[in-house]
Amino acid sequence: MGNVLKIILQRLALGLLTLLIVSMVIFVAVNLLPGDFAQSILGQGATPEAVASIRTDLGLDRPPVTRYFQWLGGVLQGDLGTSFAQANFASFTGTDSGATTVAQQIAPRFANTMFLAMVTAAIAVPFSIILGILAALYRNTVFDRATNIFTLSSISSPEFFLAYILILFLAVLTPIFPSLSNIYEGMAFSERLEKSMLPALTLTLVVTAHMMRMTRAAIINLLASPYIEMARLKGLSPMRVIVKHALPNALAPIINVIALNLAYLITGVVVVEVVFVYPGIGQLFVDSVKIRDIPVVQACCLIFATAFILLNLTADIMSILSNPRLRHPK
Amino acid sequence: MTDQPLVKMRDVWLEGRSDELWNPIINGVDLTLQKGEVLGLIGESGAGKSTLGLAAMGYTRDGVRISKGSVEFDGIDLLTASAAVKRELLGKRIAYVAQSAAASFNPAHKLMDQHVEGPVQHGVMGRGDSEADGIELYRKLRLPNPDEIGFRYPHQVSGGQLQRCMTAMAMSCRPDLIIFDEPTTALDVTTQIEVLASIRDIVEQFDTAAIYITHDLAVVAQMADTIKVLLKGDEVETADTRTMLSAPTQEYTKSLWAVRSFERPLKPAVQTGAVPVVSVQNVDASYGTVPVLHDVSFDMHEGRTVAVVGESGSGKSTTARCITGLLPPKAGQILVNGEVMPPDYRKRNKDQLRQVQMIYQMADTALNPRMSIGQIIARPVEFYLGLKGRERRKRVDSLLEQIELEPSQYYHRLPSELSGGQKQRIGIARALAAEPKFIICDEVTSALDQLVAEGILRLLARLQDELSLSYMFITHDLATVRAIADEVVVMKDGRVVEQGPKKDMFKPPHHAYTDLLLSSVPEMDPDWLTNLLNERGVDNIGDAAVDKM
Amino acid sequence: MILWAVIALVGMGALAWVFRFAGQSVTGNAPKFRDMPYGVAFGYVLGAAVLLWLVWAYTQGRSSDQAIANKFFFLRIAIEGFIIFAVAAWLFRILGRSLGTAWSKKMFRSMPLTASFGILTIIIYAIFAIFAGAIAPYGQEQIIPGVAANIVPGGDPALGGNPEFYFGTDQIGRDILSRLIYGAQNTVGIAFATTLLAFFIGGTLGFLAATLGGWLDQILSRLVDVLMAIPSLIFALLLMTIASVWAPQLGIPLTVFMVIIIAVIDSTRVYRLARAVGQNIVVMDYIEAAKLRGEGLGYLVFKEILPNATAPLLAEFGLRFCFVFLTIAALSFLGVGIQPPLADWGTMVRDLGGFVNYAQFAPLAATAPLLAAGAIALLTVAVNFVVDWMLHKSSGLKE
Repeated sequence: MGNVLKIILQRLALGLLTLLIVSMVIFVAVNLLPGDFAQSILGQGATPEAVASIRTDLGLDRPPVTRYFQWLGGVLQGDLGTSFAQANFASFTGTDSGATTVAQQIAPRFANTMFLAMVTAAIAVPFSIILGILAALYRNTVFDRATNIFTLSSISSPEFFLAYILILFLAVLTPIFPSLSNIYEGMAFSERLEKSMLPALTLTLVVTAHMMRMTRAAIINLLASPYIEMARLKGLSPMRVIVKHALPNALAPIINVIALNLAYLITGVVVVEVVFVYPGIGQLFVDSVKIRDIPVVQACCLIFATAFILLNLTADIMSILSNPRLRHPK
Repeated sequence: MTDQPLVKMRDVWLEGRSDELWNPIINGVDLTLQKGEVLGLIGESGAGKSTLGLAAMGYTRDGVRISKGSVEFDGIDLLTASAAVKRELLGKRIAYVAQSAAASFNPAHKLMDQHVEGPVQHGVMGRGDSEADGIELYRKLRLPNPDEIGFRYPHQVSGGQLQRCMTAMAMSCRPDLIIFDEPTTALDVTTQIEVLASIRDIVEQFDTAAIYITHDLAVVAQMADTIKVLLKGDEVETADTRTMLSAPTQEYTKSLWAVRSFERPLKPAVQTGAVPVVSVQNVDASYGTVPVLHDVSFDMHEGRTVAVVGESGSGKSTTARCITGLLPPKAGQILVNGEVMPPDYRKRNKDQLRQVQMIYQMADTALNPRMSIGQIIARPVEFYLGLKGRERRKRVDSLLEQIELEPSQYYHRLPSELSGGQKQRIGIARALAAEPKFIICDEVTSALDQLVAEGILRLLARLQDELSLSYMFITHDLATVRAIADEVVVMKDGRVVEQGPKKDMFKPPHHAYTDLLLSSVPEMDPDWLTNLLNERGVDNIGDAAVDKM
Repeated sequence: MILWAVIALVGMGALAWVFRFAGQSVTGNAPKFRDMPYGVAFGYVLGAAVLLWLVWAYTQGRSSDQAIANKFFFLRIAIEGFIIFAVAAWLFRILGRSLGTAWSKKMFRSMPLTASFGILTIIIYAIFAIFAGAIAPYGQEQIIPGVAANIVPGGDPALGGNPEFYFGTDQIGRDILSRLIYGAQNTVGIAFATTLLAFFIGGTLGFLAATLGGWLDQILSRLVDVLMAIPSLIFALLLMTIASVWAPQLGIPLTVFMVIIIAVIDSTRVYRLARAVGQNIVVMDYIEAAKLRGEGLGYLVFKEILPNATAPLLAEFGLRFCFVFLTIAALSFLGVGIQPPLADWGTMVRDLGGFVNYAQFAPLAATAPLLAAGAIALLTVAVNFVVDWMLHKSSGLKE
């Protein structure tokens, strides 16, 4: 068992290191920007005083290395800096520029996105795994071919295409769900669920296809292994072959598939939130990209990358834990 | 009831699916097996013997179908029986022992859990009884720690032991029939003998009928009462073992038997003071920090073959890697024609590289699949000898003639269009193209069927006489050693344990390990195993004997 | 609603049982029905129910009542489209089997319908992309004089359409049909160029790392690990933000930056594959033989490794192209991709997206954004079908 613990700790450390380097990459990328940033935010018409005040506010007058560590230190304490757009706004109106921090701006939207991701996962995971196992068991039948065509098509389609198709059928032609997701705080759970349904279904379509194909491949691979043939040749019932012999070994690949696809959700969520005007972190990210609100872009990027790395790490650790060779060393 | 055979297969045709077409695998074979009889199914790879063995259980793998014929087990027609009826038979009355035990045990469960599954599910006995019986079977199969070994996971047990655990599992319901599908092919000779002895023993004890599938004649001679020979899906002949061995009627069978008789005449001893073509001197080597070779020294002389023998992991191939310079030795040196070679191949010049050539075990991976035969052989001709255009073509043609392939017919072909033996010949031609004096042959015949392998050995012997080449012949097969070697080097755990001329090696007294190795190689005599066991006792064979050293 | 669903399920469950029982008695207990699990019987009934519903929906779509017909218009189009595509693919395959060289005939003979559909579609797209200038009635940037902006698609004057501009005009009066056709040139062309660049970078570095190993391999692989730890679309958006500041200062179009950014991000995936494929080849004995012969790096890479890597790389090229194409479409849809005045499908979807809401009373108007989005989907589906077939074929050969 100590062996496994050691490997897991190693993976954790590696994950943390990756995260650190990623944060550096993001910081460096942002600091590649030309010219004086304060100037470019405020535009040509800004007074020198306003520019200077923003420079000190944002710490743009200090050397990059110091700024990086200050930023990193802030991030670790939950301080993601001050939004340029907000700072800009504050400097014009004369209010305190620290009023709205990036963290305050992101927090509710992060919660919304998490909600969306969880609804999606709750629908997609059981659905796709059952479909994947069925397709593997009945491979090369009409059912398998039909699902193959369907999933390939849905993987290949851009998210906004699926989104508009769903809007067309489920919101416009048969008004079951609303096509815009105006979520606000203090909403009843059922209403919130209803409003999030279309974006969640869109994401489900994309993720299910991926997850199903990967599950199918993993199960087929497993069913071809000699020990499954052996179990069949021992005259065991098909049910027992699946439950006792296939499933314990299928767990690792399936968990892997789930984690990888939840990571994939992260990318999908950006476009889908924009289509449905869902107030999540993806939409905030795109908006900030358009107005070049660097601190917000930086923070969103870091959050997405962290989620991505954590999910991949989980997949990694789960597959280590479920490997009997590692759990029961010689 | 008593007259009825246990298995009756009549005119069975099997087909396999590839490229959307059904291709024949077995063409109308009959098979009859009486209760308690052991039938040996023998044939080269691709002869369809495993498929036929599985069909005897009424089972086909994915992409295989029984297109015609009937399969009856104890009067029950397996081809029309319902899935439920077949399940009732499988495991309980018909059991299966697969080639790779390591892959055929479920890695997620303990051996004992898998052992008792059959009896418990089929309602033969309860879990407690079955466990006790399992331990008893383990003991009968002479497994070490029989009380405890079943409570380990498959990956915690060695290959030979796993194979015996699987035999025990097959026995767990006391079936009437067991199909053994090449159960010892993946094992070393010293391990194989142990497994063979215990399988034979237990099958006799319970009077179980068995179909024993293998490509090894000597093995089947020890195990079977009757032998059936298959060739490309057709039955060649069937007879009881002794008749088959002493008086085969078909040409093909006779040729199979004859392979083992190839042996080169002895050469005179090497003159004292002659400079060896290649000399390995006190070589130590390691992969990373793991030492694999310890103080290895031997010489190879002109026109002679040195066979380096040992089991897997003994360091034979590593020695070859040191000689070629792929693995620079930690200590010691390699001399070619008395000249010290730079340890790393990248430091050697063209001429030094030219002098050491190599022929590989797997001809498939040794030839670039995207190059034509002509290109493959022409490259070293051009690279080392600088020949171009027509001269190069002439040289390639003469090389193809030397390896007995018609140049005009083969020059433009791709490796994938050649048979295994032909590919190996191309490998030889490529080595010869460099005009070396020394060639390393790394298990060159072990992936080939016996007849083809013999052809390759004869070709190598002829080339040696014509071009006075010297070979370093890496092998684990002692029949090959007998056929081609002049001198023998025995390796174990990275050390040379014994070396000398062949005639001394096959005559006692030996180093204990050499002796064990030599005695473990099955012979065609059906009494060989019995005699050996009588002579040495069950505790002095196999891994048990190795452990005692 | 829920009650109806339960009744339907129970009904189908009963039907499944009846179906199996009837099968057993009619065929005299043939193995097919005797060994059929209940779930499979249920599956047959479910499949039959779905087919029946589709037939019903299709007849509804052809209904004379305009309201009902509108409601099922899209389903009708989808079914018709599916059948037309299937027939076209089938005819194309027959054509391929009777024309061309022995090699191409053999290829078409073992080809599934999906793959022949894919190849046909790719050919059609290529024709549109290459001859866009000749096919499109107007230029992509041409603001047609005397024609109003914002003509509603569908050509129905009652709803603000114009039969001469069946697909309508956009917010500054450019012909949408022409822009759709030019989209094939721009969107596909840019994606293709980006993929080529990504392959050039990733492939070269990947093979170098596989062949040389050692430090170069370590450094490149760790770098790629880090770059791949950031989700690609997110990373692309971040870099595009920065590029959007640089672009006007350097006077380089933002689209060029986008091509480079996506190519670099995507080259990490190509690198991984090229390195893995390269490593599989490098351990082969024929490479060892070539090394021991004293061959140089150039010979090893170009003569020994590359020719053996073409099949997996070609399949990967298809997949990468889809990925790049979708990324560019997503960026354009979000407004930071291909920049105006170039016609591009992603941007068009964003601009025309609102028309979807007219679907109930003017179904033709709603098709415009779906056509642009569908054009993207259709090509990626086609490429994926072909790649799927190629992968299936190459894995089948190994067995």
